[in-house]
Order: sequence, then structure tokens, then C-alpha cells
Amino acid sequence: MTNTALSLPQIRKLIQRQNVFDQFVVLALLAAALSSVIVTAGILYILISESVSFFSQVPLGEFFNLVDPKWTPLFDDKNFAIITLISSTLVTTGVSVAIGIPMGTIIAIYLSEFATEQVREWVKPILELLAGVPSVVFGYFALQTVTPFMQRIVLGVQMFFAPGRDEFDYYQLPGFNMLSAGIVMGISIIPLISSISEDAMRAVPKQMREGSFAVGATRLQTSFNVVLPAAISGIIASYILGISRSLGQTMIVAVAAGTQPIYTWNPLDGAATISTFIVEVAKGDIEHGSLEYNTIFVAGLALVAMTLAMNLLGHYLSKRVREVY
Amino acid sequence: MELAQDQLGTQVKAQVKNFSFFYGSNKAIKDVDLEVLDCKVTSMIGPSGCGKTTLLRCFNRMHDLYPGTRYEGEILLESQNLLSLDPIEVRMRIGMVFQKPNPFPKSIFENIAYGLRIRGVKDKGVINERVERALRDAAIWDEVKDRLKDMAFNLSGGQQQRLCIARALATDPEILLFDEPTSALDPIATASIEELVIGLKGKVTILIVTHNMQQAVRISDYTAFMYLGELVEFDRTDVIFNNAAQQRTREYVSGQFG
Repeated sequence: MTNTALSLPQIRKLIQRQNVFDQFVVLALLAAALSSVIVTAGILYILISESVSFFSQVPLGEFFNLVDPKWTPLFDDKNFAIITLISSTLVTTGVSVAIGIPMGTIIAIYLSEFATEQVREWVKPILELLAGVPSVVFGYFALQTVTPFMQRIVLGVQMFFAPGRDEFDYYQLPGFNMLSAGIVMGISIIPLISSISEDAMRAVPKQMREGSFAVGATRLQTSFNVVLPAAISGIIASYILGISRSLGQTMIVAVAAGTQPIYTWNPLDGAATISTFIVEVAKGDIEHGSLEYNTIFVAGLALVAMTLAMNLLGHYLSKRVREVY
Repeated sequence: MELAQDQLGTQVKAQVKNFSFFYGSNKAIKDVDLEVLDCKVTSMIGPSGCGKTTLLRCFNRMHDLYPGTRYEGEILLESQNLLSLDPIEVRMRIGMVFQKPNPFPKSIFENIAYGLRIRGVKDKGVINERVERALRDAAIWDEVKDRLKDMAFNLSGGQQQRLCIARALATDPEILLFDEPTSALDPIATASIEELVIGLKGKVTILIVTHNMQQAVRISDYTAFMYLGELVEFDRTDVIFNNAAQQRTREYVSGQFG
């Protein structure tokens, strides 16, 4: 038998070499982590510096004008009331949340608490497929399928409650409207919400469910009274991610909600959101460094601020209600 | 397994008759006969994997939650075979306390009120009164009466386990099942749970699984010794530990294996 044991100096040398290697790897990991911080800081720097140059030409009062808001930076008579774009961003996001959160949560509860293994194996890949649909496809789905459908529904509702008029005397849902865009945006965030919520629910320990069953609760009672509250921080995180994605969603709204920057809170109207405005302007030929050019960045900054506010709120909420088990 | 003559005065609360249980094709409980006496503490002991927890979980039909399980034979609950009842009904009548404290993500008060709400109790006065009584019966009232709105997770492990006992007591179960209730607790918390179980004697029928033999001696009136899915011996606790009939029981309680 050969003696494989190392001498003490050999061991020390080995450890020393290993320590140098470990330090190198830790530094590399740190650099990788820092790169995301640097990119974020860089983006914020560009947004803020361009916005500073914007605000040197446009008074803050004009930007936050709520009295007679107009957004016409590309016209001769320039107006810069950001609320015009924020309102439509919030409306489309609101519609999408009204669709995506209930649907996503219900699907998550079903998959986590009720579905058999076989059903789950079928449904999950299909949901993932839905998540993989490009947003431009969703956009045209909204414009070509959902909008005509909603137009018929809006007409049908009117004919039901006030029958007898000529078809063209009724209110017609415009071809570009925030409702259809919001609905499809809601569909597009369902997979995100359902998969994160389902993960959170499945992470709830089995014993906690059994505790509920043991006092005589049904599966439904257990899901809603025990599993849902136990998984709430993960569920809220999924909502926040969904809302953030809707706020920043561009293609669906640009295709289906129209490009007119109109100040409105009515989902039946068509109006440009912040992201729609940014692509519209970026597509056109505007002079680099001009005021029009600066508006892209100030709109972008407003969008980042909204998303950031959402994330902070989500962080606060999920921390406040976090459960330990 | 029939008991000796001197137990005739006590009523049988539940009777396991020629009972077997299967995980898939694996026969985990083999032809067990057992009598659980009313308002007594019956403990089940045996080495790991002997099927004591599996048998306990048959009493409240816990296995029904998972696919691929099957019961054979009868478990009579006052002459009714509980295996042919709706599992929800069985669980409403037979409470359970688990190995690890498993309070719900709710306030202390709501943890106890949960079972009552499930049963459709809406009267606030009734709920308040039964919650207080359950917490008193579980000897935790004095510690939590000023913080009923606190989250149950903020309690210590021992307090959480007593809370879980209170949760089970709140709905007046006919039988209370304990699945190694002190295995996750320190000795002081264990002592308080044992004291509590002894205090519940005469009020509720208790079936407790333990792999601490001394615990069975301290708290139980009757003891069942299980080995490899079979019930080897069932008798008064003092008989099992001092004068067991079976060779295997004597070997186990004297620590020769397990």
C-alpha cells in the first residue's frame, strides 16, 4: 500500500493555493453582482441627466399640470402635462390587473391545491407557452380579435337595456381602446402571476394543511383560510411583478390602445401610454439633444418612478405580512 | 386483542377490528385488533417504521388526502365503522395534534376559533367563550390572554404546541390523537405537555404515539406495542413495561433493540 498522506508543509501549501483561488472566485462573483447595480445606475443617470435638461426648459408646474392637461411635445404649441400619459398607463394597467390577478390566483390555487399530478403536467406547459407568446402577437390579438368582440358586447349591452334604435345610433367602441389592450395585457400576465403564486402555495408545509384538515376543513376551506394566507408574501410578490410588467408593457398598448395622447380615465377610449409615446417618438426623426428628444427620457423616468414605487410597495407589503414556518 | 377482566367496567370508545392498511401494494398495517377505552390515555410505542403513526392517522382518515392508500377491515367508533363515514365527519369528531406544532398563519384567537367557524358557529359570544375554555383546558390561557390578537407564530414552540392542543379541544372531539407531540420540544415544554395530557384524562379519549418509552410510562393507562406493522401486545401500561407476555415486548421495553 502506498502512503498517500501529505506532509504538513505540503498541506499548508495546498491550503494556501486553495485560499487564493477561493478569493479570486469570490471577487468574480462580486463583480457579476455589481454589474447589475452598475447597469441600473447607468440607466438612472442617463434618465435623470436628460430630464434635468428637460426641466431647464419646461417649468415643473407645466409638467405636473392637472388643470388642463395636454401632452403635445411634437407640436408647435407644446404642452407637457405628464398626467395625460400617466392616466392611460394606469387605466390599461388597472384593466390588466383586474383580469390577471383574479385569473392568475385562481389558476394557482387550482394547480397547487386541487389538480392531480396529471392535470398539472398538462396545464403548466400550456401556461408556459402562453408566457412565451411575443407581445406583438398579443397586441394584434387585442386589436383584431378582442376589440371586435368587445365592440359587439358593448353594442349588445346597449341594445339590451335600450332596445329599438338604429344600430348606428348606439355608442360605438372605438377600434383603438384601452379596454381591449388591458384585457389582453391581463391575459399576458396570467402565467407570471399563476406560476409564482403556485410556487409560493406549494412551499406551504404539508403539516399546516393537515392541521386544517384535522379540524374538519374541506380542501376549499383549507386553500382559502390557511394556504392562501400562509403564502401571501409570495403571492403579493407575483402581483407586484405582474403590475410592473403591465406598467412597462409597450407593444400591446402601442398596437391596440391607440397613439393619441389624450387625457382620459375611461377605458373605452383609446389613448397613448407612457411606453407608447416613447416608441412613437423614438421611431420618428427628432434631433438628438432637442427638447423633443429630452421628453423621451423624462417620460421614461416617470415610468421608472412608477415601477419603482410599485416594487417598494410590494417589498413593504410582503415584508409586513411575511410568515415564518 | 382482548383486555383482562379488570377493565370490563370501562367503556370501549373505539375498536380496531381485523384492520389492515396499504400504501399502494405495501401492507403497512397488518391485521390489527385494538380497543381504545373511553376517557383513558392509550399510547402506541414501537421502533421507527413499525406503523404506529400510520395507524394513528387511520383514525381520522388522514390517509384519504393522498392517492394510493387503502384501508381494509373496520375501525368502529361507538359501533359505527368510521372507514365508511365521510372523512370530514370523522375529522370533525376526532381531533389531532401533530409532531411539529403547526399553527395557522392567523392570530392566536383565530387559530382556536377556526374549527368553530368551519362548523358554522357565528355567535361571537359562543366563540369567545369556547376559545377561552379551550385555551384554559390547554393550560395556555394565562400566557396568551393579553395577546390574543398576536400572530400564533410569535409563540414559543411549546406554547405553539399547547395552542394546537387548544385548537383540537375547542371543538369537543370524541377522541384526541397525538402524533409524537413532544418530539420537537425541549424537556421543560415536554413536561408541560405531558402534564396537560394527564390533566385531560377522564375528559377525553386520548390515543398517543410516542417513541419515548418513558413518556408512555408517565402518561398512559394502556400501551400498545407495535412492530413491523403488527400489534404485538396491548395491555395496561404497567403490565407492558413490567410483566409483558410477549418475548419481543420484553426485549423492546428493556432496550434490547429499537
